[in-house]
Amino acid sequence: MKEKGWKDLAIGGRIDEAGCAEKFETGSWRTFRPVRDEEKCTHCLRCWIFCPDSAIEVKDGKVTGIDLDHCKGCGICEKVCPPKIHAIDMVQESELSKEE
Amino acid sequence: MKSIATKKVIVLTGNDAVAEAMRQVNPDVVPAYPITPQTELMHKFAGYVSDGDVKTELVLVESEHSAMSAAVGASAAGSRVMTATSANGLALMWEIIYIAASTRCPIVMAVVNRALSGPINIHCDHSDSMGARDAGWIQLHSENAQEVYDNVLQAVRIAEDTDVRLPAMVCLDGFIISHTIEPLEVNSDTTVQEFIGDFRPVHNLLDSDKPFTFGPLDFHDYYFEHKMPQVKAMEKAPNVIESVGIEYGKLTGREYGLIERYKTEDAERIVIALGSTCGTAKATVDDLREKGEKVGFLKIRCFRPFPVKEVREALSGARAVAVLDRSVSFGAQGGPVMMEVRSALYGETAPPIKGYIYGLGGRDINPDHIGQAFDELKDIASSGKSSDET
Repeated sequence: MKEKGWKDLAIGGRIDEAGCAEKFETGSWRTFRPVRDEEKCTHCLRCWIFCPDSAIEVKDGKVTGIDLDHCKGCGICEKVCPPKIHAIDMVQESELSKEE
Repeated sequence: MKSIATKKVIVLTGNDAVAEAMRQVNPDVVPAYPITPQTELMHKFAGYVSDGDVKTELVLVESEHSAMSAAVGASAAGSRVMTATSANGLALMWEIIYIAASTRCPIVMAVVNRALSGPINIHCDHSDSMGARDAGWIQLHSENAQEVYDNVLQAVRIAEDTDVRLPAMVCLDGFIISHTIEPLEVNSDTTVQEFIGDFRPVHNLLDSDKPFTFGPLDFHDYYFEHKMPQVKAMEKAPNVIESVGIEYGKLTGREYGLIERYKTEDAERIVIALGSTCGTAKATVDDLREKGEKVGFLKIRCFRPFPVKEVREALSGARAVAVLDRSVSFGAQGGPVMMEVRSALYGETAPPIKGYIYGLGGRDINPDHIGQAFDELKDIASSGKSSDET
């Protein structure tokens, strides 16, 4: 895509479109990846409530996965997952890439 | 164009003059935090708010960083925003004054000039606003309370002009102007409202039909491109400042330009300054003119954008020039005003220039000091050489 020149940009660095953060993939910033154990997960949705990047994917009230294009690996989901359930573990990306 | 309105003269301090202008502008939002010598200004304006004289939402924040943040937020939401600060307060706003300029929020802020620490000092010098000279704000400097009042009203028009849309600082010398009572002419409320006109927001974040993203991240791909329009807006500002100054003149009888030339036409020696010292310098010129000396004075009213063309023209006939700076730029080749003036003349057939630093931390400057500068210019004019020493 040809990049725009300065005359074509909206005033003040703004983007005349809402919700465009979705187009900006921040998943590569991650050092630790949340790995969810589907068997343990009770779908309490605490991770969905607390995730600052709206990266917990939910359908019909059930957690279906984690959006790794936007998850920055902050680890909040692991912290808020009830300790007795412990369905999410933060695993170092380098360990996972070895496995992959 | 309406003829000159009925003149009303009242006595106000410089701070009161800003508050009076703000009352007449009736801004939508004023986020404020107190700091000497600006405190009385907001104290007075807060009175107008609590008395219901204005419909302004006065937001009392916990710091100047928050004051400027709230100003940017309110401006982005589509409000006409004003505020005021001084010295260390301006320093605490630092991060956000750059954001206000780059997001093109036409905020008008009175800066009651005070020495920036340290050692801590509450009195006048220009180290606060001079430090902010590269932030992307327009800077108007005021000689007295009348100019403070007039500059605040014009700053609203200039900042909001569609060719400009940049924030503007109106600088006034702490205590020397801010706390000194002077008679000044004020306009009627209707005249002011007609002059400033309705606010046309640059941004309107609260319009849910047209959502947009404000203040997003910007990398090597577009950051540079986003700086260019700021540069261009600053380049267009001088014409706007001049035309607003002329229009204001027709309305009030007090016309303003980027600079003010005082007896410079045939002057061989010219002194340059800004702020309250301009009055002292004019009095000194009058005294020396009575003795037959060909001296003149040049006031820089608009420091940002710097009026290069006008300064060149005003100094074209001079044989020696002195520039008085009320702040130090440590390790630089002179004070900030001196460096601007000398750069403006580079490549021209320029007279020798001598820089002076004066009045730091509120130290008095009197006609004798300026007379001394004019005296030293005699030698410089005859030898055609100045020293690098400031």
